[in-house]
This record gives sequence, C-alpha cells and structure tokens, in this order.
Amino acid sequence: MQRRFLLAAGAALLALPAAPAHATRTDVAAAISALTKGAPLRPGRVKLDLPLLVENGNTVALSLAVAEPLPPGERVLSLHVFAEGNPLPNVINAFFGPRSGDPHLATRIRLATSQTVIAVAACADGSFWTDSVELLVTLAACVDEI
Amino acid sequence: MFQGGVAHAAPHSGYDDAGPQVRAMQDDDTQNPGFLWVQQGETLWTEAAGSRATSCATCHGPVTAMRGVAARYPAFNPATATPITLAQRINHCRTEHQGATRLPPESDALLALSTLVAVQSRGLPLAIDDTGPLRPFIAAGETFFRTRQGQLNLACATCHEERAGHHLGGALIPEGHANGYPQYRLEWQKLGSFPRRLRACMLGVRAEPLPADAPDATNIELYLAVRARGLTVETPAVRP
Amino acid sequence: MARPLINVPKTVRRGDSFEIRILIAHPMESGQRRDEYGKQIARDIIHSFLCTYAGEEVFRADFFPAIAANPFLAFTARAVETGRLVFTWTDDHGAVAFDTVEIVVE
Repeated sequence: MQRRFLLAAGAALLALPAAPAHATRTDVAAAISALTKGAPLRPGRVKLDLPLLVENGNTVALSLAVAEPLPPGERVLSLHVFAEGNPLPNVINAFFGPRSGDPHLATRIRLATSQTVIAVAACADGSFWTDSVELLVTLAACVDEI
Repeated sequence: MFQGGVAHAAPHSGYDDAGPQVRAMQDDDTQNPGFLWVQQGETLWTEAAGSRATSCATCHGPVTAMRGVAARYPAFNPATATPITLAQRINHCRTEHQGATRLPPESDALLALSTLVAVQSRGLPLAIDDTGPLRPFIAAGETFFRTRQGQLNLACATCHEERAGHHLGGALIPEGHANGYPQYRLEWQKLGSFPRRLRACMLGVRAEPLPADAPDATNIELYLAVRARGLTVETPAVRP
Repeated sequence: MARPLINVPKTVRRGDSFEIRILIAHPMESGQRRDEYGKQIARDIIHSFLCTYAGEEVFRADFFPAIAANPFLAFTARAVETGRLVFTWTDDHGAVAFDTVEIVVE
C-alpha cells in the first residue's frame, strides 16, 4: 500500500508513528553557545512570533523582528532559530547586510511536536539577545502520508 | 431537490474552520504556495504541445477568458453523455485537440493547468446546472455520499454531515466542501486534487479506493459541488 | 526547479525600507522520513539562499531540514539606488535557482 492510513474514529485510539529522535535542550544550548562563544544571552531586542497552538506542524508561520529601537550605530547582524523538540536543533540562520532594511524575517517552519522554539539575535557590538515561544502542536486525525 | 441536509442552513467553507494562520496563507497571494502552480500553469497555457503543436491559448485565447468555467464543473459532456471533471476536460483537450498525451493524475502539470483555470473563477459562486442531464449523476453522487463503506462502516455523511463541527482527535471535522480544489494542504506539503483527498478519505475508513476516473469519483465530485451551493470558488485554497 | 514567485514593489522612495517576499517550489525532504519499507529517504533540501542588491549582499540564510516544503521568505532591503535584486538558491544536489528583479528608486 502506497499510503499508510492513520485514523481515529469516535473513541478509537489515535495511532501514531514512532516519535523521531529529537534534539534536546542540551543540543540547543550547545548550538547556541557555539554561536555566542560564551557571551551572555539577554532577553530583549528580538521578538519571536509563532502561534501558541499549531494546527499542523508541517508548515508553521514564523516571524522575527527587532522589538525596540536600537542604540545609535547599533545593528542586528544575524538572527538564528533553534527548536528543542525537532530531530535537529537548528532551524534557520539569517544574515543581514548593510543594505538590509529593518531586521525582519518571516518564513515557515516544521515542528515535530509541542516544544519551545528559541530565537537569538547577534548585534554588531558583540551582544546577543533572545526570545522564546513554548507552543502546542496538535495532530491531525486523518493523515495520508507516504 | 437534493436533500443536502447539511448541519447548518448555509454551507460553511473549510476556510471558516481553519485557524488564523491558514486563513492568512490563503488570503495573501504572495504567501499562498498554490500560486507556484498557478505560475507554472501560465507557462503551460501558452506552450505548444502534441502533434498539432497547439497550445491552450491557440483555441481559448488569454486564460482570463476562462472566468466562470471552473464554477460550472463537473459539467455534462454530450459526447459521452456523462459528467466530466475539469481535469478530465483538460486531458480531453490534450488528446482530442492537441494530439498530445494525457497528463498523469496528480502530476504538477495537470495540477498547474487545473489550478490556473480554476483560479480565474475565484470568488464566483459554484454554479452547477442541476436541472438538466446531470440530475441522475448528482443523485448517484448523493447515494455514494450516504452509503456506508469500508471496515469502519462510515459514509461520507457520517463525518461530514452528522458530525461536522465536532472533533476527531484534535482536529475539527469540516463539512467537506470541495470548493477550493486543487488546494494546498499543509499535511501534503503540496497542492493536490479532489480525487487525492477522496482516496485518502476512503483509505481512512478502510475501504477500497476508487480507481482513477471511476464514474462514482466524478459523481461524488459533482454532488459535492451541488451540495456546496452558496459557496464560492476558493482555488487554490489552503487547508491544514 | 520551477520558477520562484517574487513579490517586490516596482518603485520605492530613496531611503525607504521595502519588503521582498519569495516562494520557491522545493520538497525540502528532511532526511528524517522513512519510506514504506523502513528505508530512510535521503535528505534533499535547499540549504542556502542569497539576495544581492546592485551587487551588494542584502540578506543571506542557511536553511535546515526544519524549513517547510516550498520555502517562503520575507525580508527587507533599504532603497539606495535603482538596480537589480538577484536571488540564488542552492540545494543538496548543487542545483541553483536564480532569478532577478529590477527595482526603481525615486
């Protein structure tokens, strides 16, 4: 059979594929410290926007923006996203050249399960800023997958 | 007239059941991935194909001339005295008028042309003529809709009419209107046709899926279009 | 790869920030899935994206398998001069999609 079918009918139990191995908090912390090289990570400046309740983890709209006006001469060099409950810790690294506008990014990501997603902004002065969102991923009842 | 005993007086599009993020993807053409197929369709529309080296545009002119067409499909095909879906009609054009081969079901090319034609009718109300020769086929489609099948012994109506608006697992059961196909489903991570969705539902109730182009597959698509009267064409819809 | 969909304003005022929205068709096969025989499906993703504006880098991104199929990106650039925006996507096969858009700065 080409497609496996998982179906929950009425009170029947939802059959689930075996959960994939996932990145742990330790993996994400290691990926972040590889980025910051030990510099402190402060809350603020960056704002991560994700839905708190995700209808389908295959495609989740994510946006990142700089939350407050930066000090004069300061700019965001890069934004990074990490996921604690995905098979791999990294999601995206985005780098902003001098001709970029407001450091702003929107994309669509995959989330394997309910988890915490963490964003980190690297500023030109060597400081690092962070925001995170803890979200719930609901599962579709009728799925056809290869 | 047909029963169409939908839970609500007026049909309720799956769009209204979707979350704000899914609706935002459908609302903005620059974010709707279905437009990747629309763009591919625009290329194919003017591309010569087959032994006669003709394109869709050779006969039909600019694709904007197709506004309203998809709202009337599935339509009656006098040559065979049966209903014909939009995708079947596109393949009919290829074999009969272009001297080209049929595009395979679910191929990007067939989805692209179907989506391009259907998006021309976006916002128009579904307008199947249920007073003429389509009547017996609509009735056959309704019979299929109400017939229990598969090891789970469920009819389409069991979920999409009697239990529409309730939940199955974490997901809301929609009324099952087919007014946005081909549509982009997040679960598929691509655009897909109504027959793909039907196949998935039938496998879901552990029934034997219908063969491609089986009369019942066309009849149910036709009945659903009549049942969804009052809704507009949403192609390319986005659904979870 | 199919042609990407690119949305940018046709004209922008000098000094203004403008948004660039792009969609490209790609399965972004994560390398985490298995086929019906239990065999791992090989990873096939776009791993990098680059946008230059009048020859200078504006925006660059590394994608990981957690980027959804048919990747969507929106980011901004500052209107400094009339010139060409060049977009380049590179996937695991080395295949590169390439597209350009002219932007007029008034």
